[in-house]
Order: sequence, then structure tokens, then C-alpha cells
Amino acid sequence: MDALQRKNRRLILQLVLGGLLMFGFGFALVPLYDVFCRITGLNGKITNTGPVAVEEADSSRDIRVQFIGVNNEAMPWEFRPLLNTVSVNPGEMRQMAFFARNPTARRMVAQAIPSVTPSEAAQYLHKVSCFCFDQQALEADERMEMPLLFVIDKKLPPDIHTITLSYTLFDITPVLPVAQIKTADIQRSPL
Amino acid sequence: MIKRVWLLPWIGSLVSLPAAAAWDVNITPGATAISREVYDLHMTIFWICVAIGVVVFGVMFWSIIHHRKSRGAEARNFHENTAVEILWTLIPFVILIAMAIPATATLIKMYDNTDADIDIQVTGYQWKWRYQYLGQDIDFFSSLTTPNEQIDNEAPKGENYLLEVDHPLVLPVGKKIRFLFTANDVIHSWWVPDLAVKKDAIPGFINESWAIPEESGIYRGQCTELCGRGHGFMPIVVEVKPQAEFEQWLADTREATVAQAASATEEWSLEQLIEHGEQVYNTTCAACHQATGQGIPGAFPALAGSPVALGDIDAHINIVLHGKAGTAMQAFGAQLNAVDLAAVITYERNAWGNDTGDSVSPQRITELQQ
Amino acid sequence: MDTTLSQTVGTTDHGHGPAKGLGRWFFTTNHKDIGTLYLWFSLLMFLTGGCMALMIRAELFQPGLQLVRPEFFNQMTTMHGLIMVFGAVMPAFVGLANWMVPMMVGAPDMALPRMNNWSFWILPFAFSLMLSTLFMEGGGPNFGWTFYAPLSTTYAPPSVTFFIFAVHMMGVSSIMGAINIIATILNLRAPGMTMMKLPLFVWTWLITAFLLIAVMPVLAGVVTMMLMDIHFGTSFFNAAGGGDPVLFQHVFWFFGHPEVYIMILPAFGIVSEIIPTFARKRLFGYASMVYATSSIALLSFLVWAHHMFAVGMPLAGELFFMFATMLIAVPTGVKVFNWVATMYHGSMTFETPMLFALSFVVLFTIGGFSGLMLAIAPADFQYHDTYFVVAHFHYVLVPGAIFSIMAGAYYWLPKWTGHMYNESLGKAHFWLSFVGVNITFFPMHFLGLAGMPRRIPDYALQFADFNAVASTGAFIFGLSQLLFVYNIISCIRGGERATDQVWEGSHGLEWTLPSPVPYHTFSQPPVIK
Repeated sequence: MDALQRKNRRLILQLVLGGLLMFGFGFALVPLYDVFCRITGLNGKITNTGPVAVEEADSSRDIRVQFIGVNNEAMPWEFRPLLNTVSVNPGEMRQMAFFARNPTARRMVAQAIPSVTPSEAAQYLHKVSCFCFDQQALEADERMEMPLLFVIDKKLPPDIHTITLSYTLFDITPVLPVAQIKTADIQRSPL
Repeated sequence: MIKRVWLLPWIGSLVSLPAAAAWDVNITPGATAISREVYDLHMTIFWICVAIGVVVFGVMFWSIIHHRKSRGAEARNFHENTAVEILWTLIPFVILIAMAIPATATLIKMYDNTDADIDIQVTGYQWKWRYQYLGQDIDFFSSLTTPNEQIDNEAPKGENYLLEVDHPLVLPVGKKIRFLFTANDVIHSWWVPDLAVKKDAIPGFINESWAIPEESGIYRGQCTELCGRGHGFMPIVVEVKPQAEFEQWLADTREATVAQAASATEEWSLEQLIEHGEQVYNTTCAACHQATGQGIPGAFPALAGSPVALGDIDAHINIVLHGKAGTAMQAFGAQLNAVDLAAVITYERNAWGNDTGDSVSPQRITELQQ
Repeated sequence: MDTTLSQTVGTTDHGHGPAKGLGRWFFTTNHKDIGTLYLWFSLLMFLTGGCMALMIRAELFQPGLQLVRPEFFNQMTTMHGLIMVFGAVMPAFVGLANWMVPMMVGAPDMALPRMNNWSFWILPFAFSLMLSTLFMEGGGPNFGWTFYAPLSTTYAPPSVTFFIFAVHMMGVSSIMGAINIIATILNLRAPGMTMMKLPLFVWTWLITAFLLIAVMPVLAGVVTMMLMDIHFGTSFFNAAGGGDPVLFQHVFWFFGHPEVYIMILPAFGIVSEIIPTFARKRLFGYASMVYATSSIALLSFLVWAHHMFAVGMPLAGELFFMFATMLIAVPTGVKVFNWVATMYHGSMTFETPMLFALSFVVLFTIGGFSGLMLAIAPADFQYHDTYFVVAHFHYVLVPGAIFSIMAGAYYWLPKWTGHMYNESLGKAHFWLSFVGVNITFFPMHFLGLAGMPRRIPDYALQFADFNAVASTGAFIFGLSQLLFVYNIISCIRGGERATDQVWEGSHGLEWTLPSPVPYHTFSQPPVIK
């Protein structure tokens, strides 16, 4: 093997490695994007969840929190917030609920996906518990009130007066007989 | 109606002069303070570009004319000059900063978070829009009303061809409207040039934007994100009205909803249902299943002669009410009222050679929805 | 480093000519043969994609649906974009690189000749696969060349899987081509050919090749994620499973924006070769051209989200991407100024390659201006996804990339074939193309500003007149390409003998070789002054 071949081989190796690295980087963008969203509040993703230390509410500020329920695609459930808006003081823990009813004649499973706007507010909305943490199953014609417990951080920027929290309900009922339901099991035939 | 003037000097019409409607060459100054600011920003940057273009192309064409071999020009020997090169790196930089300042100011104004007077949820569907006035009990769909005959060139095209809807979005003058965007299926984008609002409606996510319309009028826009075959056929019509008229509209609309609910208890004849059903079908169903009921092979099933439309009535009603999981068939139970649903199902069972003679009563629909 | 090279390069025996028959083309490892294959393939794809464009323009000639249904219209816009980007522009540049880079750096061939054969022959299979989707049930890809999820995943026709495989194959081909070009430039330069003596075409291709290796794998990654979402139940882009359709756009444009520069940097190189030749004057600011190209390439990784201003980013994000995008105007401006300074006090003549190169400078700059306008985020809300964007990227891609390829073809054809092409026919081709392109794409600015969204098969009446004008221009441009094809074929078959130097003002190693170039060149490395 002469010097040129060696040189070529080393270069190819480096470049192929670079290519593979970039292929990996493409996939690494997925978690990187989540981190990026958490920092910037991009897309209104809520990442603050779980128990929170109780603190005194800031009664000098009233934040209007708006709730929206959206059905995705062919999702036939009735789905709406019990109240359209509530007024909340920052630091105050508040309970809310969404109403859901399965009008069909079969058992269905749903997953609610939350989103917040303005996206700058997302990182200050803390969800202690939420029906969106789990999948929700309803038997035929069953109704349910699905609870949500949240706190707005006192550090919420002063120019934000209204926060809108939307839930989109996705039908994730397995097409085949219900065995184990995982989020990843969604089956959807194209058109 | 449209004059086809082939040889109009189109280059000359670059400048924003009020031209004939068919030769519009510029963005609209619009009906809000923000849209006017965007228009001014657009014109400022346009003229800066024109000025740079005049200088650069001026030197270039001057060289092309004077430094050509046929005129005996001899090539000089210079090929670099650090001072000049640094200078023409810095000058554009300064120009860019001058552009960035007003652009940033406008953008910051667009992100203003003060409370709105009205919140409207805008949901994109394949291929229509849904408007919900939050907390006002107003919720309706807005679909294209241009008849298929016009699109297929079988009838002369109307004045607002492809830009007309059955239920426009109605807004009051001078109030801050906050729009909350989301979508039901794929990504759509809601654009009304006169409001300078363009925002993507993304399934599962919510976006916001706002506008304060300052003049009454009708403003038209379109979906601007490719969303499938009907992308070009889901326009937006916004009617801005004085406050009093707006409140009248709110009252009328609520009354109409009540009246519609009442009509669901009336008796409808087969002919009445078919007649009404055809209208509903053409605005709601024809985009996929086609006006001929033939569907699109491989994408949307035909209804003419289909086992659903000829088979069990309750199964047919069930699919229309609740959609069909795993397909593009939406749940229309939440989109249409009982009369519309009864009429459209009746129509589907009696059109294009489907001769079942079945009639579905609004009462039956109401019963099944309970 | 270079001294060791001189011993190794000259030792291979290259006495023989091309093989006989069709086998020559299937099994060739000769850079000139492979360059020719790439160029013919790209011409074929250019005409195919062009026919699709004409179908689109014919449908849009008048309001109403006349010729095609909306679902087929969407397949046409998608296929037109994919074929022009991946089938016409990129292979044409690779073809020119195959032909010219070894000759310009004084190398006997590409560094990896057998891989070279492979990277070409993947392409016909990839594109046959992609075009075959048009005949499948449910039709071909109909979600735009940007294939945004969920339209391209949950809502896609079944043929999307074949589309994904085709993209994988194109990606592999591009990456192999890029590796080959980098290896040739870095390892096979003749002794004395230092980096800062490389012709600008070689420099721009070196930078392009690095961009290709950086972003084609990301494209492969994003289509792989789509594949997994569609067939293996993952939820990268599916909101129901915790994925995010907006993530698709971020990953796609992380590839997509550098991709735009992949399609324009080699064009800068070609134009930087042609203008000095016909101005009979050295390129002004060689070093700053190299630095400008490099900084455009680096900046291209920081601006992707300017394609997504309407997607709902926080204020800080919009501002960052707006400023970064505006910054690209600086190095781009430097390049334009350098070209103009090269012409200034030159001794210019206006043969066909020069005409194409000059109109490149003017029309690409107009595309640059509209690009600058699009960078202004608040104004972009009025431009985004309208015909203004269509006008913008066609101005940088058609009279930009495509004109530079045509300029290069006319410029080097005499060297390749040994015959001069027909100059009057070439000029006729230029003027018809120039007029056609402007009639087609200039009115699109007005259409976009007046409010016409892109990717719609039918439009409101106020857009009718400019659409009719644009369609007329498209047919002028499209049909005038037949002159190009005829001119190439007649130049190959005969014509006035070309001298070795071909052009009075040409400089560089490739012009020291005989015309037509022998099958093997620089078996002994040339001496560089």
C-alpha cells in the first residue's frame, strides 16, 4: 500500500465517520430539541410537573387562565373544560377539570396532549397532576371528569396576563383487541 | 370580466401604484396599525434594495458598456485592494443594522401580550376553518361556497371566486382580538393579509396572534400551508363590523342556533331532506367523496353504490357521526347539526343511483346522539 | 507533503483508451466518462422536471381546473421540486466537478474511481424508484418537496415508503460523491498547487462537499424517522405519542438550508472562472472570495428557522434567526462586488458563457434582494408561503444555479468535445432563456405580494393576469431548452475545431491540455509555476 492510498484511506475513514456522526446528530436533534424547548418555552411544552412546595399566593396579580379542549381527527368524544377561564393568583394551587364522554358503542382510549400559549409562559406553569399524564379509557357511553392541578410560578413575567392551556385529545384506541396499551402502539393506516 | 391585456409593460408596474385590481403588485397596507407598519417596513427595505441595486448594477453596466474589447478597452492589472474590500464588507453591515432596527421594533410590537377583548379559537380542518368565540357560545365552521361548476369551468366564475365562504368570521371594529390557532389533522396556516396575521395551525399545539381591525369591511385570505388536495379551497373571510352591528350579529347567531335546534323536532319530507342534504353534501363532503359520489380511487371511497350508503341505516349514521378511525373520515357529529346530518345521510342514500328511498329524520339523529 | 505526492501520482500506467460498447459506460472508472454520465443524467432530469413544471404552469394559465385534478397537481409540485433539486442541479454540479476538478488540480483521475462509478449508478435507480411512485395506488408523494409531517407521515399515500428509500439512495450517492471530491482535492493536487492557488470552482466545490457530508446524513436521519413513524410505531413527529410535528421542520431545515447553499456555491465557482476569462482580467479579491464562501457555508448552519417564522417561535428565537439570516447578505455582497470589480476596467467580450454568467450576477442578486426582504421576520408574515417565496427561490435557482450550469457547459464544451458550439445558436438560447425566465418568475413577486399562496392548483380572479403571463414565460423558457440540447448534440458531432486554450483570456491547468482532452490526462503531474 503506497503513501497515497494510505492517505486516501485515512481521509475516507474520517469523512465516513463524519457522515455517520452527522446521521447520529440528526437523531440527537430530537432530545436536543426538547432541551431547547424547555429553555425557551418553544411550542408551549410544559415540562414542570410533579409535586410542588406550597407557598403563599401573590394576591396582587390576577392571571386569567383559559382552557381549551380540541378533538383531533376522527375523535368522537365530547371533550370540554368545565370552565372556560379561571382567575388565578401566582403561587396559588388550583384545581380544574375537563369533561369527557365517549358517545360511541365501544371502549376507547385517549391521550390528551397539552400545549400552552404564550410560549414564554410555559415554563412558569407547573402541573402538580394532570389527566394528560396518563391515557384515559372510557367504556361505551361512559362519562368522566378529568382533573388537573396546577400552580403558576410567581416569577411569571409581568407582561403576561393571560395564559391559554389547550388539550388536544387523540384517539389511541388499538385497532386490534385491547391487549397492552402503550403510547407507541398507535396504528393508523394512511388515508 | 377579466381583461387579458397581454402586452402591458409589467416591469414598469413594479412600483406600488394603485393599479387595476387584476394587476395588484404589492402587499396591502391593511386594516390594522401593525399591518400598516409592516407595509412601511416592506417598502423601506424594498427601496433600500432598489438603491443598492442601482449602484451595483450601475457600475456593472457602466463597465459592460465602457470596458468592452470591441471599444478597444485594455484590461488593467489590479486584482485586490484590502481597503476597498474591508469597506464593502462594512458598508452592507451598517445598512443591515439600519434595517434591523425598525424590523425589531415592529416584531416586538407584534409580541405584545396585553389582554384581548375577544378570544377566538381558530381550528384548521381538511379543508375548512372552525371559529369558536371563547366564552360566547358561538362555534361554527366556515367552508368554501364556490360551486364546483365554477371550479370545473362549467359556469362563469363569480366575483369572489374561491374567496367566499358560508359563514365568515365576524369581528368588531377597534377591539383587540386574540386568535388561538390549532388544527385537527395536518398543519394549516391562517393568513389574512389585511390583518398582517399569518400563523401556523398545528395539530396538538396552540399558537396565538392578535389584531385590532380599525376599519369595517370584508377581508379575505387563504390557507398558506400545503394541507392536502383541498389546500387551495379553504379561504378565510373576515367581516369587520361596528360594535353595535357586531353585537346584533352575536345575538342573531345565538338565536339561529336555537332555531336550528328547534327545527330538528319538526317533520321533514324526503324531498326536503334530499334538497337540503345536497347543499350540505357539496360544502362538507364533496371535497373528498366528490360531487358525483365517485370518490377518488385509492384515497377516498365512492359513496355511489357503496355498501355503507346502501346498507344498514344506523351503521351509516354511526360513521357520519363518529368518523372512521384510521381514515380521513372525520366525526361530523360535532360539526353539523341534527337537521344537516339527517339531510346529508338521506341525500347519500338517494343520490347517484342509490335508490334506497330511505329517509333519516333529525329526531333519529338527536336520539342517537343522546 | 507535496513532494511525496509527485512520486506516487506519476507511476500508474494509463496507456489505454476507453472500452468499447455499452460496457464502457456501465463499468467505467474514468472521471471524464462519469462526468459525462452525470451531465446527461442531469439534463434528462432537468427536462423531466421541466415537463412537470410546464404541466403546473399550464394548469395555472387560467383560473379553474382545466387539465389536472388537485391531487395530481400536488404530486407534480412535489416531484418537480425533488427532481430539480436532487436530480438536475446537484448531479449537474457533481458532473462538472468530475470533469473539471482533476484537470484543474493536475490529477490523473478522481481519488476513488471505483466508488465514483458506484455513486453515479445509484442515481438512475433512485430516480426510477421515485418516478415509479406516480403510477402506484394513491399516487406519488403529494406533500411538497419539504414533506412536512404529519402530511407526509400519517396522511401520506402508501408510496411514501418508496420515496423514503429513493431519498436514502440519493443521499448515499451524494455523500460518496462528496468524499471523492474532497479526497481528490486534498490528496491529488499536483506538486506546487497550494490551496490558495486552487481555481475558485475547486474551492467552492471543496466547501460544498463538506456541507454535503454534514447535512445529507441529517436528511437521511429525518426520512428514517419518518419511516419509523409510519411503519414501526414510533412517535418522532406524531403529537399523540408525545412527538412533535414542528420538530420535523427543525430537523428538515437544519438539512434544508445548507442544501440551498450546496446548490449555489459551485455556481459561484463557475461564475468566478468565467467572468475573469471574458473580462481578460484576474479575478478581483481571490482570497476574500474564499473567505466569503466559507463564511456563507458556516452561517448556513445557523439560519434554518427563518423558513419557520410563522410556526410560532418565541420572540428571542425570531430575532436570532432574523439577524443571523441578514448577516448572510454581507459575504454574499462581497462576492457580487468582487465580480463587478473584476469586470471594471477589464476588456470584455460577450460569448454565450459570459452572457449566462453576467445574467447570473444580475438575476441572482435580485434573488438575493428578495431573500433579504424575506429575512425580515415581521414582513415575512406577509411573504411566507406565497408566490413571493416561489419567485425568490426560483430567481436564485434558475437564473442562479441553472444558468451557471449552462454557462459552465458552454464554457467547457469545446474543451470536452474539441469542437466549438454554434455561437449564434448559443446566443439565441441565452436570450430566449433570459427573457423566458424573467417573464415567468418576475410576475410571481407581484402575485405573492398581492396575496397568492403557493402550492395551490386554482386561484382567485385577481391573480389571473400575472399567472397567464408567468405561464407564457414558462413555455418560452421550457421550449428554448430544446435549442440547448440541439446545440450540445451538434457540438459533440462536429463543428469548428477548438484550440487548446479555447478562449483568448482563459487561464488554468485545464486549458493547457489538448482539445478534445485525451481520455487520460496528467498521468505525469504538471509543473505549477
